[in-house]
Amino acid sequence: MNSKKDTLLISLLAVFIGILLGVVILIASGHSPMILFNALLRGTFGINLTMGTGLNLRYLGEFIVFSMPIILTGLSVGFAYRTGLFNIGAEGQVMVGGMASVVVAIMVPLPGVLHVIACVAAGALAGALWGFIPGLLKSKFNVHEVVVCIMLNYTGMYFSNWVVRALPGSTESKTAMIPASASLNSDFLSGLTGNSRLNWGILIVIASVLLYWFIIEKTSFGYSLRATGFNKEGARYAGLKVDRNIITSMMISGAFAGLAGTIVALGVFNQGRTLAAFENYGFDGIAVGLVGACNAIGIVLAGLLFGMLKVAQPIMQIAGVPKQIGEIISSSIVLFVAMQYGIKIIIGRIAKRRLEKKEGSVSQ
Amino acid sequence: MNKFMKVGLVSLMAAATLAGCGSGGDSEKCPVKIGFVTDTGGIDDKSFNQSSYEGIKKFAKDNKIDKSCISYVESKSDADYVPNLSQMAEDGNDLVVAAGYLFDKAMGQVSKDYPDTKFFVIDTVVKGKNVVSGVFAAEESSYLAGVAAAMQTKAEGGDTVGFIGGMEGDTIGAFQAGFEQGVASVDPTLKIYVDYAGSFEDAAAGQTVAQKQYNAGAKVIYHAAGNAGNGAIKEAMERAKNGEKVWVIGVDRDQYKDGLDKDTEKSVILTSAMKRVDSATEQISKSVLDGKFKGGKTKLFNLANEGVGYPKKNPNLSDDISSKLDEVVAAIKKGDTKVSTKYIIKNGNMMTGQQVLDELAK
Repeated sequence: MNSKKDTLLISLLAVFIGILLGVVILIASGHSPMILFNALLRGTFGINLTMGTGLNLRYLGEFIVFSMPIILTGLSVGFAYRTGLFNIGAEGQVMVGGMASVVVAIMVPLPGVLHVIACVAAGALAGALWGFIPGLLKSKFNVHEVVVCIMLNYTGMYFSNWVVRALPGSTESKTAMIPASASLNSDFLSGLTGNSRLNWGILIVIASVLLYWFIIEKTSFGYSLRATGFNKEGARYAGLKVDRNIITSMMISGAFAGLAGTIVALGVFNQGRTLAAFENYGFDGIAVGLVGACNAIGIVLAGLLFGMLKVAQPIMQIAGVPKQIGEIISSSIVLFVAMQYGIKIIIGRIAKRRLEKKEGSVSQ
Repeated sequence: MNKFMKVGLVSLMAAATLAGCGSGGDSEKCPVKIGFVTDTGGIDDKSFNQSSYEGIKKFAKDNKIDKSCISYVESKSDADYVPNLSQMAEDGNDLVVAAGYLFDKAMGQVSKDYPDTKFFVIDTVVKGKNVVSGVFAAEESSYLAGVAAAMQTKAEGGDTVGFIGGMEGDTIGAFQAGFEQGVASVDPTLKIYVDYAGSFEDAAAGQTVAQKQYNAGAKVIYHAAGNAGNGAIKEAMERAKNGEKVWVIGVDRDQYKDGLDKDTEKSVILTSAMKRVDSATEQISKSVLDGKFKGGKTKLFNLANEGVGYPKKNPNLSDDISSKLDEVVAAIKKGDTKVSTKYIIKNGNMMTGQQVLDELAK
């Protein structure tokens, strides 16, 4: 059961079972199961079976826009997890990242493309700083990172709100629009996808995924991080700098999350916003990271799955399915995907039993 | 793997189609299709979103339009506004409605992308050939609130009323202006206190300024402060429990139940200055059905077209006040009484009605 083909089949089976459950829920609540298929297909590609309309690239664009930040927070959580850390603070790192990008966009006038590069760097740095704090406290004083991260989520939200309000031209709820030189907007990508909000943030996402894969799989630094994750004391005994690894890992993790905030602020809204509550990018990232088994490709696929479920929900609601049922269906699909190891074990047992039967009949 | 997942999905869906789901063609049975997009408050917010959709539902019912011709979608975050509005337009809705000033940017963008769809946005002004913006004459309903507050205060032998706003500015200033003039029209010797809570959310701040005004002798406070105003209602309820006779006038919707004490079954809400968003969505929906929708305009909802008003049932209002209010409504409708949006009293200050009138006359 170790070949790639089997893993693929099991993932497909998990999604299939999840969707099947969704269909059962829909039928039980008196809706047509077609609504779910239509919503998934339409949310991702714009193909509408009930109205008979074909491919609409705007939907594809929006689907990617919704997937991008949660892929980044998935990378964030996955990276920390590989080092044996649980970064539940991605939420806060997203917010300070977005805030820092907007601050640079509005306060630091730079020529041309330098401006947007500085904004993106600021977002990553702010996220890294927000990850540095729990990393430092963990390595120096053994304060559990989960506690610090949860607290920093709130600190991050209120601090960002305060900064956003203090910027020149801000109202109570949002900043002025950022200058075009700081925006990630792309007429080219948007035009390509029927005026969707697809933006250059996609390059940041692709670069981040490659970087993640490269650091974790291809560098000795990544190897020492993974070793720390497997067994901290063992790694220490082997002479690895465990404390330093914890701090750098949390910083890199925070930087990924900070970038998620950056692409939302500079790509989707083009302004900073004060938030009354968490937007759940970070918390979705936990599920995306873990469902994606903390490896780069897995996280991308899990992020796309989450994005697909997100864009499908409003379509189901317009078709008359209450929001709550839509959410139950999305969650069950995620649940089954997360349970794919369980499915693997069950399939393994069935195969084994068959084999035993066969052997039994042969020996008789 | 993703490719495989999608191939799998597509084949699943192909199978489902073959299984025979010949729906569609609902455009024939709908004389008009209307889609409504909520802001992050959700469809059951007991306020703006809910009332807006109730207006659309009432329109459908009154005009015998099938329920399937109207639909809504809730926005979970402000990132959803643009895709949700776009989706409603692409679904073939004739009219797409959005409630709240939060939609200003998204509405401006989406209405350009779908020039053949009609849009209606409430409480903010969006430019566009296919957009109607609905704004409310808050000063008119606030004038009624002023009249009611002044009459009730006089009936109880008091000489002071209060106004609590959320955030300073022209929007809430219009509420203040109407209230000032309404009070002055009844008795120019009455004292009017004006305080702003500095927030639409902070109920504690609302309660603090309500305390100040009640301590200064106010019998009736009119609030235009959203959730912060709930602090004023709370303060009034606490005082009512201790035997004081104080009142609050609610805002935007009938707030009678918000001020109801469960033990005594009495409410501290004298009446409410209502913004009839339901009436607004109903009127605009009707205009689309009748082919009278004219985009590129700002439509004012006021007393004359029942876009603002006060509740039909006011258990706490005396007959005297009710009949006086009806007179005032008629006078404003006829144009005999004109209400200005110019507010006079500064935050934290007090003036008499006469001083307000003098300032206005300048």
